[in-house]
Amino acid sequence: MADPSQRGARTRTDPAYIRLPLIAVTVGTLGLLIVVPLASVFVQAFSAGIPAYFRALFGNAETRHSIFLTLAVAPVAVALNTVFGMVAAYVIARFRFAGRTLLMTLIDLPFSVSPIVAGLVFVLIFGQQAALGGWLQAHGYQVIFAPPALVLATAFVTFPFVARELIPVLEANGPEEELAARSLGASGWQMFTHITLPNVKWGLLYGVILCNARAMGEFGAIYVVSGRIAGKTDTMPLRVEKLFQEYDNPAAMAVASLLTMVALVTLFLKVLVERQMRAQKARSAEVPAAE
Amino acid sequence: MNRKVLPGFRLGLGYTVAYLSLLVLLPLAFGVSKAFELSPAEFVAAVWTPRAIAAYKLTFTASLLAALVNVGLGLVVAWTLVRYDFPGKKLFDACVDVPFALPTAVAGLIYANLYVADGWLGRVLVPLGVEVVNQKLGIVLVLVFTGFPFVVRTVQPVLEELDAEMEEAAAILGASRGQSFRRVILPNLIPPALTGFTLAFARAVGEYGSVIFISSNRPFEMEIAPVLIVSQLESFAYREAAATATVLLGFSFLLLVAINLLDRWSRRNG
Repeated sequence: MADPSQRGARTRTDPAYIRLPLIAVTVGTLGLLIVVPLASVFVQAFSAGIPAYFRALFGNAETRHSIFLTLAVAPVAVALNTVFGMVAAYVIARFRFAGRTLLMTLIDLPFSVSPIVAGLVFVLIFGQQAALGGWLQAHGYQVIFAPPALVLATAFVTFPFVARELIPVLEANGPEEELAARSLGASGWQMFTHITLPNVKWGLLYGVILCNARAMGEFGAIYVVSGRIAGKTDTMPLRVEKLFQEYDNPAAMAVASLLTMVALVTLFLKVLVERQMRAQKARSAEVPAAE
Repeated sequence: MNRKVLPGFRLGLGYTVAYLSLLVLLPLAFGVSKAFELSPAEFVAAVWTPRAIAAYKLTFTASLLAALVNVGLGLVVAWTLVRYDFPGKKLFDACVDVPFALPTAVAGLIYANLYVADGWLGRVLVPLGVEVVNQKLGIVLVLVFTGFPFVVRTVQPVLEELDAEMEEAAAILGASRGQSFRRVILPNLIPPALTGFTLAFARAVGEYGSVIFISSNRPFEMEIAPVLIVSQLESFAYREAAATATVLLGFSFLLLVAINLLDRWSRRNG
């Protein structure tokens, strides 16, 4: 009776004839939908043996280039959106101004736009048929079917991640410490690097991790803007599709297994960071608010 | 009031609006304006062909079905993960996020491989007459996968915070288990489930990467709207592609408005 968690546990557990079927549905759903597919990538990727796996990944110049390109494009897009996310979150969390709600809605907009539409608009602007695209090309700047378009398309689809993770974290923290730093004579930059940034570092990391996973895995938008030139503009997800079309399933699975590992590492880091964020929240709750 | 003490408001807001405009708003506006270079009659002729109508229908029904399945499964999974203990629960909980982290092209490749006649699951299902690859069922299945986390992750926190005492009170006042579920628990779950449904639906409507692997993508039959846009683009019908994209954007915009209204409504009732 004295232990409240005991009491909660009793009311919250249903009789076995309800509980067991629901657990079975959950385990069955997650198993069929997620666990079996994940297991099958690795089994199929390694089905021809480990040497064949590495040959499929690194023995083919076009596959090698796709790995390189993904590793080159994703960080640029993530960096752009991280700087933006930090600034946008600071402005939205710390100030009240007209159009603030609208701004928040617009930041979320890319999540509701089909990646194909995102890619399309950049083709419409920078394609050879377009005024700007034609002019740039005449002056020697290739945007579409080249890395700049890959960065643009990736930055578009991953645009909201960092900002939307950071806004609630910053809002929960409150401006008190920043105001104190300012009143003690800190410059704006000192305040930002000594107070604002350290206070939200886990939330920032969380947003960056999710943003990066999406950036490395983006398919639709890149499919449209890249022109899919093997050895030139194919990223890893595009390479997976091409190998699939060429009926080279083991190689497609090998590249897919790399991307799957990225996804699994992302989820692992996400769990770690979530734990840190909870710990930080608990710590700041322990210290009674300075009145 | 903060503006006098905290620095960087003008610079920060200017940068935010400029970056947002350059990367997102102006490109989208340009794309839509391209569609309106067509005369109204041409626009209608471009977006209202039998082929396009078939594509909208397939996109809409497959996405709707997938989102509905996600509500059903999502409610059960969220309920089980919050209320019961079973071996491996933490691992299963972490699994829920896999569709967010896994590239959609990888998901499409895996599913196409699992359900072909000699795949792990196809070996069992195809002899039973359940064809998935190159079928509409396959499209719905990958859309269920890509949208799966939405309902679970919106319902889960609400279930966690639901007061055990409310249920206790209902039980003490003589409510049966069914009554307490219908009257006390269910009303709290409807708003987050609706939000999750809308998010999953919106995601499914725009999905491309996973679908092209498992669908035959044949016009009139198995062609979703994003595939139609790509095919218009590949035949250099830029304005027609922009017109179809505008229809899709309009639909996404309606869903975005719905999400915002739901969010406001659930916060008021939450």
